[in-house]
Amino acid sequence: MKHQLTSLLGSALALVAATTVEARTIEVAAGDDAQTRLQEALINAQPGDVVRIGPGTFRLTDGLSLDVDGVTVRGAGIEQTILDFSGQQGAGEGLLVTSDDVVLRDFTVRDTRGDGIKSKNADRIVYLSLRVDWSGEPRTTNGAYGIYPVESEYVLVDGVTVRGASDAGIYVGQSRHIIVRESTAVQNVAGIEIENSYNADVHDNLATGNTGGILVFDLPGLPQQGGHSVRVFDNIIVNNMTPNFAPAGNIVATVPAGSGVIVMANRDVEIFDNEFDGNGTSNIMITGYRYGSTPADYQPMPMRIRAMGNRHGRAGFQPGLPGGAEMAQAFGGSLPPVMWDGAGTDIRIADDVAALTLNLPDLAQPVSAASPAPVDLSGEANWPRVAAVVLPASMEAAAAAP
Amino acid sequence: MFAALAMLAVLPAQGTNLAVADAVITGESNAPTLSAYGFFLGSPDRPSPLLIPYTLATPLFSDYAEKRRYIYVPQGSRMHANADGLIEFPVGTALIKSFGYPQADGSYRTIETRLLLRRASGWVALPYIWRPDGSDADLRVAGARQMVDFADSAGNRYSISYAVPNRNQCKTCHELSGAVTPIGPKLRNMELAAPARALVTGADWTLASMPRWDDAGTGSLDARARAYLDVNCAHCHNPRGSASNSGLFLEYERPPSMTTGLFKRPVAAGRGSGGHDYAIAPGHPEHSILAYRMGSTDPGIAMPELGRAVVHREGLRLIDEWIAAMPAGTPPASEARP
Repeated sequence: MKHQLTSLLGSALALVAATTVEARTIEVAAGDDAQTRLQEALINAQPGDVVRIGPGTFRLTDGLSLDVDGVTVRGAGIEQTILDFSGQQGAGEGLLVTSDDVVLRDFTVRDTRGDGIKSKNADRIVYLSLRVDWSGEPRTTNGAYGIYPVESEYVLVDGVTVRGASDAGIYVGQSRHIIVRESTAVQNVAGIEIENSYNADVHDNLATGNTGGILVFDLPGLPQQGGHSVRVFDNIIVNNMTPNFAPAGNIVATVPAGSGVIVMANRDVEIFDNEFDGNGTSNIMITGYRYGSTPADYQPMPMRIRAMGNRHGRAGFQPGLPGGAEMAQAFGGSLPPVMWDGAGTDIRIADDVAALTLNLPDLAQPVSAASPAPVDLSGEANWPRVAAVVLPASMEAAAAAP
Repeated sequence: MFAALAMLAVLPAQGTNLAVADAVITGESNAPTLSAYGFFLGSPDRPSPLLIPYTLATPLFSDYAEKRRYIYVPQGSRMHANADGLIEFPVGTALIKSFGYPQADGSYRTIETRLLLRRASGWVALPYIWRPDGSDADLRVAGARQMVDFADSAGNRYSISYAVPNRNQCKTCHELSGAVTPIGPKLRNMELAAPARALVTGADWTLASMPRWDDAGTGSLDARARAYLDVNCAHCHNPRGSASNSGLFLEYERPPSMTTGLFKRPVAAGRGSGGHDYAIAPGHPEHSILAYRMGSTDPGIAMPELGRAVVHREGLRLIDEWIAAMPAGTPPASEARP
C-alpha cells in the first residue's frame, strides 16, 4: 500500500477537511487476492482519502463495502478498471456504500449476482463516470439494479452507463434531492427509475433499448412514500422495445414493452423538452397504483402531472398492453403517444399530440374494463412549476474535478 | 449461587496470567492478535474463567456452525437490563463468539472468533481467524473464505466455502440507526446460568418469553416461527436496520400485517422474487418470496445476504409449515394489472 499526500481533492472534500489530518491516496493494483486488498483499503481508509483502483480486471469473490465518510473510490477509467463479480459467492450487491460524502468514479462493475452498486443512507453521494453491466443478452438472471442509491439525501448520478439490469438500470429510491444526468440506460427492464422519492431532476440522459425508458413510481408500504416534485427533461427516450425480462412479482415486471416515460402515483411531475421516438406502447403513460390494497397513509393517485415541449416521433404502433392490438386498431393502427388510465387529477399535456384515456378513474376497476377514448388534456396548468434541484457545492465540485 | 459469585470475584487473584487486558478492549487501536486480550488460555477450547458463557433459546443460523458465546465485563462491573429487555453493557465489555464445526475424527475445529468491544466511543466489531495450530487468532478486517467440511445433525455432509465476514459486514447485521449494536443478548432469548444472572441488574428473568424455535413444547407454531424470523431476519428487517428500506419488518412483537409480509409485494427484490407476488402468500409457502429466498444459496436471491452458504433445512421447514398453516384467503382488495 502506498500512501501519499494528495492535493487534487479540492473543495469536494472541504466538508470533511476539518476531520482530515492528512488526505492520502491508497493504491490498489490488480492481481492476486484483489478481494482482500481492495476490501482492506476500503476499511482502512480515513475521511478524505482516495482509494485508487488501478487498471486491470479485479476478480472478486464477495461483495465489497465502504463505511467511511468522505472517501473517493476512483478507478483508472471505465475501460481500464473492471471489477468483475462473475465469481461472486456472497452479498446482495457488488459494492455497498453506507457512509456520507462518498465519490465513486471511473470504473466498471460487471456481472454482479445481485445489484451492481448500492448506497444506503449515504448522503451527498456522487456516482460519476461509471459503468455497470451484465455480459451477454439481457437475461432474467441478471442482477436487479445497476446503480441503487436508497434512503439518502442528495444523490448525483452523472455520466453513468448501465446495461442489462433485470429491474432498473439507475434506480433511486426513498431519497430526497436527486439529479440523474448525462447518463445512459440501455437494455434494462426500466432504464431510469425514481421511486418513492422527493425532488428529482432527470435530464440529458439517453434511455434506449429498455422495456420502459424512465419510470417515476410511488409504491405503498414503504418508510418513505408520497413521491413528488420530479422533473424529467431534455432526455432522449427512444426505441424502448425490449421484451420485459424482469422476474415476475416485481412491479416492473408489469411494465409493457414499448414504454417511454411512466408516471405512477406521484404528484407534481413535469415531463418536458424530451425527444421521444420508437416507443411502441406509449411515449408518456400516467397511471394510478392499481395493484390492490394499500395502507391508509398512501396516496395511489397521480396528481398535478404535466408534459410540455416534448418532441414525439413514432409511438403506440405495437402496444404491449393486454388488448393493446385491438385498441390500436380502433385508433386507426396505432395508439396516441400519451396514455392516461383516467385516475387522478390535474393531468395536463401541452404537447401537440393526441392523448388517450382508459377511463378507469376507480383504481379497483380492472384494466379489462377499460373503455379507451381520446381525451383533451390541454388547458391551463394553474399550479406552480416544480423547482430545480440544487445540490451542495461540494458535490458539483466533485463532479467537475478532473 | 453466592459461592459461584464469590468464585468469579476471586479469580483474578489466582494469578496474573488469568487477567483480561481491559486496556486492549477499550483502547482505540485494534489488537492484531486475539491473544492480546487474554480471553483464551492458549487455545480456543480454553476460555478464560473470567468469561461468562451463555446460550440463546433461538440462535441465528450460520451454516450449521456451532457457536460458543461469552460475555466479558470488567471486574466489579454490572450489566443492566432496560425496560425493553435489552441488556446495556458497561464500557470495557467484550461480547465474544467463536464459530466452528465438529470434525469427522470427533475433535472440534474453531475457525474464527468475532468480538464486539464496547469502547467509550461505541461498539466495534472485529473478526479474528484462528491459525491452523489453534495457538492464536489474527485480525482480518477484510474477512476471508475457508473451505469447511462438516455434517449436520441428520448426517448430511457439506463442503462449503465458509465466509468470515469483514468488518463492514459485521456492522451490516449489527447496525441500528447506523451504529454498531449487539443483537444477540436480549433478555427474552438469553439463557444465562444463575450465578451470572446476578451480574445483570434490573432483569426480570421470568419475562424471558421467546420460545425455542425447534421445541414445540415451548410455544405455538406461530410463536416459534416468529421467534425464528426475529433472530434470523429482524436485525436487518426492522425500521432502524440495514433493510429498513424494504418495508418488511420481522420483529417478534410486531402484529401481523402487510409490513410483516402478508400479501406484501416485493420492492427491490429483483430476481429474489422468484416469480412470486408476495413476501408471504398465506397458505402457500411455495408461492412466498420469504420461503423462496430462505431456500436459495444464490447471492442476489439468498436471504440473509451474508453468512449463509447452505440452506437451513430445519428452519425453512418451520417457515413452510407456518405459512402453510395460515388461512389462504385473498388480498384485502381486488388485484389488477395495468
